[in-house]
Amino acid sequence: MAMAIRARVLLLFAVFFSFSYLTFSLYQDQVSLMDWHQQYIGKVKHAVFHTQKAGRKRVVVSTEENVIASLDLRHGEIFWRHVLGANDTIDEIDIAIGKYVITLSSGGNILRAWNLPDGQMVWESILPGSTASRSILSIPTNLRVGKDDLIFVYGSGNLYAFSSIDGEVLWKKDLASEGIDVQQLIHPHGSNTVYALGFIGSLHFGTFEINVKNGELLKHDKVAFSGGFCGDISFLKSDIAVALDSTRSVLVTIQFKEGEISFQQAHISDIVPDSSGVAAILPSKLTEMVAVKVKKSIIFIKLTNEGKFVVMEKVDHTAIVSASLSISESEQSVALIQRRDSKIQLTVKLVSDWSSNLIKETIEMDCQRGLAHKIFLNNYIRTDRSSGFRALIVMEDHSLILVQQGKIVWSREDGLASITDVTTSELPVEKDGVSVAKVEHSLFEWLKGHVLKLKGTLMLATPDDVAAIQRLRLQSSEKNKMTRDHNGFRKLIIVLTRAGKLFALHTGDGRIVWSVLLNSLRKSETCEAPNVLKLQQWQVPHHHAMDENPSIFVLGRCGPSIDAPGVYSIVDAYTGKELNSLGPFHSISQVIPLPYTDTKEQRLHLLIDAEWRAHLYPRSSEALAIFQRELGNTYWYSVEADNGILRGHAAKENCVLQVPDEYCFDTRDLWSIVFPSESEKIIGTATRKLNEVVHTQAKLLADQDVMYKYISKNLLFVVTVAPKAAGDIGSVTPDESWLVVYLVDTITGRILHRMTHYGSQGPVHVVFSENWVVYHYFNLRAHRYEMSVIEIYDQSRADNKDVLKLILGKHNLTSPISSYSRPEAVTKQQSYFFTHSVKTIATTSTAKGITSKQLLIGTVGDQVLALDKRFLDPRRTLNPTQAEKEEGIIPLTDSLPVIPQSYITHALKVEGLRGIVTVPAKLESTTLVFAHGVDLFFIRLAPSKTYDSLTEDFSYALLLLTIVALVVAIFVTWILSERKELQEKWR
Amino acid sequence: MKIIINLPNFSISILLLLLALSFLLTSSFAFQSDELLVDDEEFGLEGAPRTNPDVGSTVPTKPSQPARRKSPEFSSGSDLDSKVQFTLEHAFGDSDFSPAGTFTARLKNSPHTGQTLTKLRFSRTDFTDADKENFKKLLEADDFYRIRIPSNLLTPPGGDYVISSVKARCLPRHGLDEHIVIHMDGVNVLAVNYGSQGACQYPRNLKFPKRWLFNSHTILKGGEQAPRTPVFSEEIVGGENGEGEGVAPPERSFWAKYWMYLLPLGLIVMNAITQAMNMPEEQQGGGQAGSQMQQRGQSAAARRR
Repeated sequence: MAMAIRARVLLLFAVFFSFSYLTFSLYQDQVSLMDWHQQYIGKVKHAVFHTQKAGRKRVVVSTEENVIASLDLRHGEIFWRHVLGANDTIDEIDIAIGKYVITLSSGGNILRAWNLPDGQMVWESILPGSTASRSILSIPTNLRVGKDDLIFVYGSGNLYAFSSIDGEVLWKKDLASEGIDVQQLIHPHGSNTVYALGFIGSLHFGTFEINVKNGELLKHDKVAFSGGFCGDISFLKSDIAVALDSTRSVLVTIQFKEGEISFQQAHISDIVPDSSGVAAILPSKLTEMVAVKVKKSIIFIKLTNEGKFVVMEKVDHTAIVSASLSISESEQSVALIQRRDSKIQLTVKLVSDWSSNLIKETIEMDCQRGLAHKIFLNNYIRTDRSSGFRALIVMEDHSLILVQQGKIVWSREDGLASITDVTTSELPVEKDGVSVAKVEHSLFEWLKGHVLKLKGTLMLATPDDVAAIQRLRLQSSEKNKMTRDHNGFRKLIIVLTRAGKLFALHTGDGRIVWSVLLNSLRKSETCEAPNVLKLQQWQVPHHHAMDENPSIFVLGRCGPSIDAPGVYSIVDAYTGKELNSLGPFHSISQVIPLPYTDTKEQRLHLLIDAEWRAHLYPRSSEALAIFQRELGNTYWYSVEADNGILRGHAAKENCVLQVPDEYCFDTRDLWSIVFPSESEKIIGTATRKLNEVVHTQAKLLADQDVMYKYISKNLLFVVTVAPKAAGDIGSVTPDESWLVVYLVDTITGRILHRMTHYGSQGPVHVVFSENWVVYHYFNLRAHRYEMSVIEIYDQSRADNKDVLKLILGKHNLTSPISSYSRPEAVTKQQSYFFTHSVKTIATTSTAKGITSKQLLIGTVGDQVLALDKRFLDPRRTLNPTQAEKEEGIIPLTDSLPVIPQSYITHALKVEGLRGIVTVPAKLESTTLVFAHGVDLFFIRLAPSKTYDSLTEDFSYALLLLTIVALVVAIFVTWILSERKELQEKWR
Repeated sequence: MKIIINLPNFSISILLLLLALSFLLTSSFAFQSDELLVDDEEFGLEGAPRTNPDVGSTVPTKPSQPARRKSPEFSSGSDLDSKVQFTLEHAFGDSDFSPAGTFTARLKNSPHTGQTLTKLRFSRTDFTDADKENFKKLLEADDFYRIRIPSNLLTPPGGDYVISSVKARCLPRHGLDEHIVIHMDGVNVLAVNYGSQGACQYPRNLKFPKRWLFNSHTILKGGEQAPRTPVFSEEIVGGENGEGEGVAPPERSFWAKYWMYLLPLGLIVMNAITQAMNMPEEQQGGGQAGSQMQQRGQSAAARRR
């Protein structure tokens, strides 16, 4: 009996759960109805072509996002891809024995082999060692020891020989103890020795001759060079290298024939007349020649057989040189890219015959791609048996382009793999009147579309046409329109990438509506190393939504340090046109959007510089007047994580500068919180989202009691950790480690809540919304991850429960809230175990804040998990009363459930997940979620189901049919009954 | 900042005498000092007007008391208490900080919690005439009145200060109301909150204090410890072993258990009854319209049930 009851209860629970999570689980045919997923790889660092054999031609690339991928050379699609860990930087890649991709990563510490066709990992070897050194991967062709092909790896100061079949270490030779900084491994063709060449100190050049069979050191030699070396070196042949001396003005030829080293020097000014100043050798791997960068030009210098340097060509310093590619036994070719206005010129030359070009092509290039950054050259045999070339070009915006026969074969927008900031913009309002030009344009398109469709129906369409029809259909479908919709599902997601490019993505299908490479964020003479900083909404027109476009405020800084000068651009959100840009100007340490807008609905912003001065933008007298009026009510805070100090600031009168600037304000410190450096170190802060909407301030409890949420925009959540425990998890014992969490009011610096978690350690991931904070950390005592919740309630308004008082108006509900009043905040907290480690946490946000919230947890598996906030309720108890159950309180459990159906990314992965952004739609029940990392993922989410609209697959026809049928039935029965009554009366 | 640690400089004999004398009298005192500082300790101080501007001398300290506490015989083991004194400094708007009062507290050593402060006392220096003028200016400009105290009470001055400030217009009430909350972590001051007692809403009205006397309240606050995460695994195991032990669901009535089966059953039965009732009537049904009407009414009523 008891068993039966339990089974029934279980069944009931199962039914209950299946109902409550129906929202996130999708049917197979619903995938990509409300979501889209895009895969990227990032900026390409190395590329290896694999085109020899027949079959699928591919290129294997490694990128700055630590991705190794195999791309289809015909279309640019990804065959396979692996995202290595954040610290697992790929140093070198190559292909061994024609079927394995070999990667050397983590500073020469990990060597892996991947199967070329499908990307399965074949073997992995860890190279222990911590000596920092250059890491070199060398795969000699046709070097067999026994049945094995050898792979030479130099990493952490050791030279290793690996078997390419199983990754076994065959031998190891410690070279760091000899003091050599190895620059190159050379294996002369057909010999049984391998040479490790490099600098010993700054004065010596050394060679080590090592037996390939057993790693025995056969010979070693070092010769001093009086001028010293600066470190730049280029290896021309298997026995000649060219290096720069320590003054960077003398080219030194190093010959190492049969272990004998000899030097020869030549001044650069002698080789190249009228070129003085410091030189640098370009790191491109060239043979028989060397590319030297002097001032603003690149000089190609060839070493003749007599040991003379001959200048071959002098090009502008913006030119990009490929590594040399051998096209036959003796012929080497090199590709060069030069910029010609909006075009780029690709030239491929033979090293032996520099004057003639194998290929000279000019390619029309979108100016939004910027300059070329890298080029990888590959050759193929044309149909007429001559050799053709294709080039893989990495552009300034991190996009990847394949060029062949003077045309762009394919391009990939891989800048989108490194998004730094995201904002959204509404689409234009649908206008009734459309201009004539637009009609004409669309008339042609319309005709074309109809012809295509006709072709399609008559079965005359080619595959390309079919694709075009598909595209047309998609474009005309409701969700991809370029206008605002009633539900607010269609928006533009505007993203800023690390390359300084802005993209606008459509939420319907994720297509790029426009993209712009911002000039202010590009490398220039005034701004040497631009860094992107932030994206803010500048102007959001409501009153003039019909005739004004929203705009975006993009901030950057010229250099990595905080006191580097800043730059900004203002970009139109509909067209991507740069409306205004300024810079470099003062430094930017903080960007504060103020809650005021001017009559043009431009938001006022304060930029705080490194000297704590506040600068007001936009620079207009109107904005100034608004700000002057609110000067006394403007506060902000700063976090000095290194010193462990929180400070509060307020603006004062105009600053005193040499040049008077009425938009600049001095600031003063209002409060400070000093964390003792020996026991606490700041590791994280979180605030509420500025635009968050809270629907109700009160929380109604089951016993008809009311609790008032402590809702303040000025709450800051701070986490500190014991300085010893700032490292990795497990590096300290639980007794030495603690986390302290604070809730601080940022106007007065008041600590509202302070709590210590003993035996816990970071990293801490936080989300702060309404009156609650949820954070994730590691509990060392329980050996598990934990999530804690803190809810904060306002006790000072708790006596507003009396109805009589409310009627008589003796309540303080309408009185304004001031930070200077003493708050009576009470907090409730609870901790739960959570199985996963977490990459990021966000929460859903809806238009009015009525819909219940879900936490969106970016798990370590790069998926996004939706977890109801109800599970993280501090009021959960073991045995909730009936009333509490009705309120929706779940019985207390020690860990949070992970329900497989609640992964909103369903089967997909957002590789390298970095951030989750939620944007409310106009429809209250729905929120738009955008997750970005190396991949992009977008989904429309309804945390409490779409209670305010019918589902998309709702059959209106059936409803209509039912109504009609009912009406008909009513009439029919009415007539029938009338008739029957009549008959009965006649009877 | 000033720290006075009175070292034992009395001879043992006097000390023992004093001990014997004070043992009975202040035994409760001694007991109190052992109390663990867990929660907020509030010491409301009457803002007794003290005209003496000298900060150090405003603290009346009995020489015998610290000496007694210092005595190694009396304090057991590591319980070594000493007195700590530090100054509160204030500034008007952007002026420099100047001393405005003194805190005295007892430093308590305990093996569990390390050094902690207890028995915080505060003596406020009254405003001089110049201060009053400055304060009036602040009130007129609606500017900030700022205070600070050193962040580490044991190291000599020169370290960081924790600052707090309040709009000057928040303070005047009857006299000058001030409320100081000091957040401590051992002997480190994390933060100090300075403000008035009650609400202080924008827009703040200009109001001069009737009496230039401070009514000070000070609170010393420590941290809280997070509650442990509940672990239930054992309980669940126990619950499964001992079946029906304690956690058995309350016995429900027959009706509450099987209503879902009974309800349709009842309906079916009722339906059958009405059918059975209708049948014979129809069989005997004559040709009279009246009776038929009646019958229809009945059946309709039955159906409606």
